[in-house]
Parts: sequence; C-alpha cells; structure tokens
Amino acid sequence: MDFLQTLRIALRALRTNKMRSFLTMLGIIIGIAAVIAMMAVGSGASYVISQQIASIGSNIILVLPGSTTSGGMRSGSGGAQTLTSDDVRAIMTECPSVETSAPTVRSSGLAVFGNMNWSTVIMGTTPEMFDIREWGVISGRSIGQQDVDSAAKVCLLGQTVAENLFGSADPIGKIIRLKKVPFTVIGVLDRKGQSPQGQDQDDTIFVPLRTAQRNLVRANHTNTIGAVMVKARSEALLAKAEEEINSLLNQRHRITAGKDPDFTTRNLSEILAVAEQSSKAMSLLLGAVASISLIVGGIGIMNIMLVSVTERTREIGIRMAIGARRNDILLQFMTEAVLLTMLGGVIGIILGASGATVVSRILSWPTLISIQSITVAFFFSGAVGIFFGFYPARKAAGLNPIDALRYE
Amino acid sequence: MSDVISLTDIRRVFIMGDQQFEALKGVSFGVATGEFVAIMGASGSGKSTCMNLLGCLDRPTSGRYLLDALDVGGMNANQLAEIRNRKLGFVFQGFNLLARTPAVENVELPLVYAGFSAKERRVRALAAMEQVGLAGKENNHSSQLSGGQQQRVAIARALVNSPAVILADEPTGNLDSTTSEEIMNLFTTLNKQGITIIMVTHEHDVAAYAGRQITFRDGRIISDSLAGTTGLTDQSV
Ligand SMILES: Nc1ncnc2c1ncn2[C@@H]1O[C@H](COP(=O)(O)OP(=O)(O)OP(=O)(O)O)[C@@H](O)[C@H]1O
Ligand SMILES: [Mg+2]
Repeated sequence: MDFLQTLRIALRALRTNKMRSFLTMLGIIIGIAAVIAMMAVGSGASYVISQQIASIGSNIILVLPGSTTSGGMRSGSGGAQTLTSDDVRAIMTECPSVETSAPTVRSSGLAVFGNMNWSTVIMGTTPEMFDIREWGVISGRSIGQQDVDSAAKVCLLGQTVAENLFGSADPIGKIIRLKKVPFTVIGVLDRKGQSPQGQDQDDTIFVPLRTAQRNLVRANHTNTIGAVMVKARSEALLAKAEEEINSLLNQRHRITAGKDPDFTTRNLSEILAVAEQSSKAMSLLLGAVASISLIVGGIGIMNIMLVSVTERTREIGIRMAIGARRNDILLQFMTEAVLLTMLGGVIGIILGASGATVVSRILSWPTLISIQSITVAFFFSGAVGIFFGFYPARKAAGLNPIDALRYE
Repeated sequence: MSDVISLTDIRRVFIMGDQQFEALKGVSFGVATGEFVAIMGASGSGKSTCMNLLGCLDRPTSGRYLLDALDVGGMNANQLAEIRNRKLGFVFQGFNLLARTPAVENVELPLVYAGFSAKERRVRALAAMEQVGLAGKENNHSSQLSGGQQQRVAIARALVNSPAVILADEPTGNLDSTTSEEIMNLFTTLNKQGITIIMVTHEHDVAAYAGRQITFRDGRIISDSLAGTTGLTDQSV
C-alpha cells in the first residue's frame, strides 16, 4: 500500500473524530509550546548574558577595597579606602600576568548644563580603563594620559547622560558643572547597555583620575582610589594574575596569615559564568517540566489510540480479509498516531513561538526562537507518536481477522 | 479437469482451555473452475469454519488445501494476506463495508492493498460497480444505501481484483426475499461469466440457484449433489 493512501486513511480517521483528535493533541500542543517558549526565553537569557560579558570586556579582574571573607560581606567592602594609586602602579609593574590596569574613583552627583540637570555616577579613571573595557567614543576624543597628569577638567559622557543633558544637540566642547565644578565635554562614549547587575552602564560620566581625586572626592584622600580594573594577558592567565595581585597586595599591605586582607579580588568572568550556569539550570528545569507534559501527552495519545483500535476492530478485520498485511495495519495506526502528535507539534510550535514573542514584547526580554529548537520540537513530537503509537498499532496488527470480523 | 479448490481430509480442532471441539472432522472436496457451489447444513455444522479455512482467514489443524494449485498450508501470514487479496473475494452476511466511506472507495480497497495506482483503482472500481448494477451510487456512503445495494457494493469489492473464487457466507441472511432474489440473480450472472462461487446458505430456494449443493452435518459432508440429480450422492467419510 502506498504511503499517500495510508496518510489519507489516517487523516480521514482523525477527521471523523475532530473534537477527540484535538483533545488528544492538547497534551502534545502544551508540551511542545512549553518547550519552544522555554528554549526561546532560555536562549534569550544566555544571549543577554553573553552580550553583558562582551560589554564588560574580557579577562577582567576587579580589585576592591575592603574585604570579603568566609564570614560574608564585611561592612564597608568597596567603601573602605585602602587602595592607592601606588598599589595600581605596583600591580602594573610587578605582576607579569597583568596586561594593564585602571584605577577608579567613584562618586555620584548632579551634572548641570544650562537649565538641565541629571543625577548620575561620576567615575575618575585613567585611559587604560577604556582599553580594558573596549569602550570607545562615538564623537570627540577619549581621556588621554596628559588629561590625567594635568588633572584637566574635562569629561566623557555616557549615552544616557548625553541624551538627558543635551537631547539631540552636540555636547562636544560644552561646559557642564559636576558638583558645581565646571568641566569641558571632550567626547561621548559608545552605547554599552545594561551590566549583568542590571545597571545602565551608559548612565556615567568619566573624568581623569587625578581631577576626580582633587575635585570630586573628599580632599584629604587625594591618593586613595576606589576599585581597580585589571586585565590579564589572556584568559589562561586570569587565575594566575589574580594570584599575583593577591600576594602582591598582601605583601604591600602587610597582611600576614590569619589576618583579613583589606582588599578583595573578583574575577568577573567567573561571576558571569555562574550567572550563565544558573540560567542554563533554569532552562533545563523548565525543559524537564515540558518533557513531562510531553510524556503525559504521549500517554494520552496511547490511550486514545487503544480506544480507537477497539472501536475499529471490525474495520481492521475487513481490511485483513481483503488483503491487508499486518504491517499495513501497523503502519496505518502508527501513521495516525504520528500524524496526531506531529500536528500537535506544529500547533505547539506556533503557539510557543507566538507566546515567546508576546512575552518578549511585554517584558522587553529578548527571546531567540532558533530553527534548531523548532526542528528538534518537530521531530520530537513525531518520536512521541512513534513511541506511544507503537503499542496500540501492534495490538491492531496482531488481531485475528476472524475474531475482528465478528467483533460487535 | 483442474480444480481451483481442493480440500483433502481437512480437520479443524478448536481448543478452549482444557476442552477440545472438532468443528471439521475430515472434510474433502474439490471445486472446479466456473462452478457455483452452495454449502448447506444445520447451525453449528461447521459451514462457517470451512469457509474461513477456504478464505485463508484460518488454518486447518490437519489436512491439505490447494488453492489454484498452490499449497496454502505452508504459507506465512503475509503470503496468506496476498492470497486473500489476489485469489479470493469475500461477501459477508453483514456486508462489512467501511463506515463513512464512499461506496467506490470501499470497492477500491482490495486494489489499495494490491498496490494499484489511484487512477487504475478508480477505473476498475467503477467497472465493478457497473457490473453489479450500482452505476451512479459511487459516492454514497453505506448509510445512504439499501441493504441490497450495500451487498452489491460488497460483491463489487469481492470482484474488483478478479479473484479465482468468490466466497459468500450467508450473503442473503440479512436481506428480504425480493432483494435476496436480486442478489442471487447477480451471482448467477457472474457465474455465467465464468466466476467460481462458493456460498453458504440456510435456505433451499437460495441454494437452488447453485449448480451444486454440499451439505454439512456435525463437521462432516453428508451429501454432495449436482442440481437436477434427485438421489444424493454421498461422498462423506
Ligand atoms: N473460534 C471458535 N472457538 C471454539 N469453537 C468454535 C469457534 N468457531 C466455531 N466454533 C464451533 O464450531 C462449530 C461450527 O461453527 P460454525 O460457525 O462453523 O457453524 P455454522 O455451520 O457456520 O453455523 P451457522 O449456520 O449458525 O452459522 C460450532 O459448534 C461452534 O461452536
Ligand atoms: Mg456460520
């Protein structure tokens, strides 16, 4: 018997019981829709994370003042002022695995231009910062070493700040006031987007380190700095660089065994890897839930197919008497089951994809619907049909034609 | 004369739990090509059991069955399915048409399993339907046909693959006497065209259409007579 005919018979059988076919498919529809939506949201999440990794820059170690120990976060971590510009220089010169490093001082305050003002983060740093973070300007120029050396009152605006202070006007060359001190805008930075912690990285103004130390943070601490960003020579040297920094700073700060260090190093890629892993675990869990609903759906299919075989015993007998081989009957019922699940699969794919799209619209959370996940879902739904359709189909094919013909 | 069907000492024993029942106790007969045979006998005498064996729906416990010179005994399930498809046509008491299926597709069914193309199936099915006088009813479902018409569809289905033998188990059992007469006239016409027919019936006037009558009793043949002969020629064991 040709396959087209088998398909037609199966379609007719499904059509005669439209409502039942639909209800039977429902389990598969929900399962596949869940799988597709989960995969879309999950891969959207890992896309966001990988974007954030890229936005931070690669092979970065953060050195923070204050300590964190196994006791948990100590009060004042990041707030203590234990790191100095000399520490930064030492890290640069004495740690062979370190490519470069950039000190930062951080303050927040009001930026004022004309009658516009904007409360934002003001970050003092050195030119190395922009190399480490692979962050360039879209107009004007970046901060140079001579700006740091001369403590020039110049600043770089992040996109958010530029938009809020200047709208569509060109900020380059304009004078803005930061904490009442006038600064000349020399450039506007490229857009970076959100950090992994959800902060808008473009809501920042950068000024030269020494300028910040003199004018924006308290005067008696002109040599202290906030955090240091360090770039290792390669990903392979990341751990080694962290080690070198730890032992160097322990030595410089005279931290002996048993004493808490007054600084903390953090490997950003590690933090992000953890974030990525937890998002993977999440989608795995949701995937498991979806698989369970697929299995339940499959059992539903098996149940209905068994009912259908019983109902159509006489038809099976007629077909056998007329010359259908056992394989023809087997194939007929398998086709029916697979058609049922694949149809459910297709509907589920459409529902899942549109559901994911709606979610991404509402939550402005990116979702990625890959061809791969659609293909997997499609063939998986077929596989569910084969798996759960086999037993009922074999039961049909195993019927004795005489008994089947006599069946009432 | 070559027999299209030849049964030799056929026995069929049913086993139900620890009980045994021998429904056929050594049945032997031959049917020549072109014959029209009626099988008679009391209820439970083994007629249907014999028909099932003839139809390759069942296997004898012992004995030899040659169909069109082929020994059916050693065949596997797939080969038997093919024999049923190519050499045999079935007509049942209860018509046994597929529900919710147009008549013409019911007639096409054997050709589907024989692997004919859709086009050729349709041509042959329409020819068979015309042969049984059902031209114009192609698209009616069985619920839209009278009993006699349904039986004609079944006969067209039995005819469509040009079988060696048509087997009919009480084909008029569900029909009134006028419709029975129509169906028997159709059988007679088909038989005159050279088609071999073996038919089970309870009714003597139906059996009278056949050229030969075989009578069963308790799993044995007690008489086998040609129409017109008065005396019964006993051929049973
Ligand atoms: N599958 C079976 N299992 C057990 N016994 C059976 C089976 N099929 C038939 N028989 C027995 O075999 C005997 C012959 O049955 P069969 O159906 O051949 O009778 P029949 O001549 O066709 O009767 P009727 O005229 O009522 O149709 C009966 O006694 C019946 O009970
Ligand atoms: Mg019977």
